[in-house]
Amino acid sequence: MSGAASTGWDRQQMADRLAREFQDGWIVNLGVGLPTLCSNTDIGDRDIVYHAENGVIGYGPVLPPGEEDLHLVNAGGQNVSLQPGAAIVHHADSFGIIRSGRIDVTVMGAYEVSAGGDFANWRLAGAKGGGIGGAMDLAACARRVFLLLEHTTRKGEPRLVARCRLPVTARGVVTLVATNYGLFAPTGEGFAVRELAPGIDLATARAATGAPLLPA
Amino acid sequence: MARPGKVMQSFAAALADIPDGAVIAFGGFAGPGTPYNLTRALLAQGAKRLTCIANTTGGAQQPRMPDIGMLVENGQVAKVVCSFTAATRPSDVLPFTRFYEAGEVEAELVPQGTLAERLRAAGAGIPAFYTPTAVGTELAEGRETRVINGREYLLEYALPCDVALLRAWRADAAGNLQYRRSQRNFGPLMAMAARLAIVEVEEPILPAGALDPDQIHTPGIFVQRLVAIPPAPEGLWTTRRQERAR
Repeated sequence: MSGAASTGWDRQQMADRLAREFQDGWIVNLGVGLPTLCSNTDIGDRDIVYHAENGVIGYGPVLPPGEEDLHLVNAGGQNVSLQPGAAIVHHADSFGIIRSGRIDVTVMGAYEVSAGGDFANWRLAGAKGGGIGGAMDLAACARRVFLLLEHTTRKGEPRLVARCRLPVTARGVVTLVATNYGLFAPTGEGFAVRELAPGIDLATARAATGAPLLPA
Repeated sequence: MARPGKVMQSFAAALADIPDGAVIAFGGFAGPGTPYNLTRALLAQGAKRLTCIANTTGGAQQPRMPDIGMLVENGQVAKVVCSFTAATRPSDVLPFTRFYEAGEVEAELVPQGTLAERLRAAGAGIPAFYTPTAVGTELAEGRETRVINGREYLLEYALPCDVALLRAWRADAAGNLQYRRSQRNFGPLMAMAARLAIVEVEEPILPAGALDPDQIHTPGIFVQRLVAIPPAPEGLWTTRRQERAR
């Protein structure tokens, strides 16, 4: 890296770093937006089953225009393919899969995450309306909750904070957070630094974080 | 005396007797299963003070297809029950959200899995249930919770509906339905939660007995009216490819 100020990983690199944490045999639920990029990551021969909240178990890559099956979308409304062994269920069964603890990890976007593992991703400050979708069910019931978000807001305010200011989606559930600055784990007192992106040093990350950063 | 037939000749006829104040569930998730033709007919039918239950009130994308947002703009809706009162992407503004922020329509925001289970409960004769979802959030404030086996759960009530408007792939004259791929989503739950399920069907409606009883997703006991979607432009299809497939 040159001496120019680095912004760290790009969006796909963040997703790639997080997706490399997926273990062989996991059932993975990817949220709308940034998390969908995790399905592009090459994780070798690990066998991952992707579950979408609308009842699609075992979907594959997004299909190019002209090849889509218009009866088949993932949680983000993208026309995906099906992998061998796929199955379709209705919404109550799909959330039965979620609530009964069969999702090994859910990856979601978020506005804020706290040192205690609380996170907020459904309503912005000052808004009357919000978008919950399946986020609260997944956050409360998946075996692990990973987040993928930019390290700061566009105004430069930290998104990794001591306490969430926005209304939370769930409390104490987040175990791993990937941002453009690196990979972090909430510890209660702060965030443990698992890895920093190239060009990002601890001082830079600390200045952009609203809670203590604890070096590995 | 033979039971009255379920196959109707038009969307307008299928919706003619829906009264003001009806509670209506709309199927669909991000396109598949959305009853575009029935929704358009409901806009023309004009019933007012409706409560609309759906995952969303419609998308922010153009061109718009008939959705709950249009019913709101048309002055037909008193309340919606859904899992999004704003778009996922903050830069997208749903037509519905403008009316909601202005206080012109009421909304009950429900986590999606809770919405599905409240509908399932209504169709299964279960009045209420406990779920871990939304515990510790603003949605649980002031509401009944209970600790069961050391974990806190939130009490949620069944969500019965007067009418369900759905879209399916295949049907027979007995009202048995098959959905294709992710078209299934809320369809089976809403058909069971409603007293009057009206379904727009993509394939020509088959005679009773043409569908294998082992391969039915929603049995006809939960379906009262069927309308075959006519070819475009009279019928609304999501894409040119689907129109061609007809």
